Amino acid sequence: MDKFDKLTGVGAPLPMINIDTDMIIPKQFLKTIERTGLGKHLFDEMRFNQDGSEKEDFVLNKPAYRNAEILVAGENFGCGSSREHAPWALKDFGIRCVIATSFADIFYNNCFKNGILPIALPQEDVDKLMDDAERGANATITVDLEKQEISGPDGGTIKFDLDPFKRHCLLEGLDDIGLSLEKKDNIDTFEAKQADTKPWL
Amino acid sequence: MAKTLYDKIWDDHLVHEADDGTCLLYIDRHLIHEVTSPQAFEGLRMAGRKVRAPGKTLAVVDHNVPTTDRSKGIDDPESKLQVDTLARNAAEFGVDYFDENDERQGIVHIIGPEQGFTLPGTTIVCGDSHTSTHGAFGALAHGIGTSEVEHVLATQTLIQKKAKNMRVTVNGELPDGVGAKDIILAIIGEIGTAGGTGHVIEFAGDAIRALSVEGRMTVCNMTIEGGARAGLIAPDEKTFAYLKDTPRAPKGADWDAAVAYWETLYSDDDATFDVEITLDAANLPPTVTWGTSPEDVIPISGSVPDPAGVEDAGRKQALERSLKYMGLAPGTKITDVPIDRVFIGSCTNGRIEDLRQVAEIAKGRQVAETVNAMVVPGSGLVKAQAEAEGIDKVLTEAGFDWREPGCSMCLAMNADKLEPEERCASTSNRNFEGRQGRGGRTHLVSPSMAAAAAIAGRFIDVRELD
Ligand code: SF4
Repeated sequence: MDKFDKLTGVGAPLPMINIDTDMIIPKQFLKTIERTGLGKHLFDEMRFNQDGSEKEDFVLNKPAYRNAEILVAGENFGCGSSREHAPWALKDFGIRCVIATSFADIFYNNCFKNGILPIALPQEDVDKLMDDAERGANATITVDLEKQEISGPDGGTIKFDLDPFKRHCLLEGLDDIGLSLEKKDNIDTFEAKQADTKPWL
Repeated sequence: MAKTLYDKIWDDHLVHEADDGTCLLYIDRHLIHEVTSPQAFEGLRMAGRKVRAPGKTLAVVDHNVPTTDRSKGIDDPESKLQVDTLARNAAEFGVDYFDENDERQGIVHIIGPEQGFTLPGTTIVCGDSHTSTHGAFGALAHGIGTSEVEHVLATQTLIQKKAKNMRVTVNGELPDGVGAKDIILAIIGEIGTAGGTGHVIEFAGDAIRALSVEGRMTVCNMTIEGGARAGLIAPDEKTFAYLKDTPRAPKGADWDAAVAYWETLYSDDDATFDVEITLDAANLPPTVTWGTSPEDVIPISGSVPDPAGVEDAGRKQALERSLKYMGLAPGTKITDVPIDRVFIGSCTNGRIEDLRQVAEIAKGRQVAETVNAMVVPGSGLVKAQAEAEGIDKVLTEAGFDWREPGCSMCLAMNADKLEPEERCASTSNRNFEGRQGRGGRTHLVSPSMAAAAAIAGRFIDVRELD
């Protein structure tokens, strides 16, 4: 998995609540058998007209945000399906961090598996970062995972919370499966016990 | 110590707990479909890993398959590649697989219970958010991402932190014409789409107990729309009767032992929940969603809301966006809204009981001329059962289109989709922008309300149909 330690980049403001996974990556792009190549379809229906031309007023189409690496959004980001295509598309586009007041559970977990850092913050902090993001390329935001700190263009910092295990895995770029396989003995023991107590399984 | 049902199942599957509360949870049952699994198998292949317990995994194609005759194969090359990839992966890794022409094929959350693969007290995962459906059997079941699918394939475990306990109690008796779908829509309307985030919701109360197992699946199915990963209903005699003699359910002495264990699966009287919500079934109306979030519910007697009175800026903006997308003016009575399409099916409402309800409304009536209505059974077995009961005849005579099983227009990955601005009464679970086709407008309703809308050509209280 990709490591995440510190990121300085342009934040794109997306002041909407309930941004669902169907908006992030509509189903017609789920027919792939690869993890890559989805960036060009990120936010497809919001980003493009029916004929494939760009919608000028969508934030990621504006010159200042074409290289955005951070998204700042409203509550319940990523609600809907479990499709990991959502974080794959974000990452393929170049987004490495999403900041919102809250996230849907499965999406939140999926981010960590792909080296994307989702940060949940209180409304007032998100409002502040949303203002910063509105200033586009003139106002980069720095996210420091080691220090669990976001610094805005004006020097102020915002602390954020994160599960220590998730933080550790992201900082080190650890492979979850490898870690769990180290517990093989525990899994074997569990299976043996279950075979005994619940033979019907 | 008193435990909730969730606590009991959780404790029973704990393989390892680290000091910080990160747990390794054993997974008893793993369901797989073609959309969220190719990259997981590819990951295994690249790392030289095997599937740890192929017998605990069951694969089926559902999302991509056409709902027209497919005995001669699938035309769309991308869908075909995904379907073929699953077939190849299942064969290579030794996983049982139902292909598109197998009678047992169907929507993953319908075939699990049908096959008795879903059992009370088990942990069940699938790379699909509506895995919550299986909670209707008292199984701890939830959706996972593709990386987690790979993790489960390789280790038969999942890294988890325990969620909080929430209980939604629905007491009293449902009025006529009101069913499981109306209950869950009302609950989502009450708690909001993020209301259950971080929680496992147990559904309780006499209105839940009175539901059939099918109805309970409808309720648990949409738990994810309320933000909770999993829903749970304590198993009872109805659950056991549903499972008895299904192909993979325990047999003989194993069955008796299993039932004895399943009977211990309930929340202790003095167990505490972090959040408790209570609803009165007697007050629930037939419900329709008007907007682009499942929490946008109104009773059939209601009108589309007016953003003018809304204070919260985020909400107001979301409301305005929804109204624009849905092509609705504030204050419009929902019964004044005409529809173009009807979709009956999905893992929410594609089971035999749902089709029986539709047939009951459709019998001796005709689908309005302005409406195209399709019925997609949830599985090959549901289809066969319906045909044995003559339901297909009743429906086709009434003007409904009778299709082959699959996810179909629930998410429109196959050819079944809405055209821009087409308005659909749908028994599925999501009304997001573009969910049923780019620009399409989805209203979520119960099967009988969908059938009534098909006949009236607009939304109508099913109890008022002549
Ligand atoms: S029927 Fe719809 S919600 Fe259910 S699994 Fe298929 S696509 Fe998902």
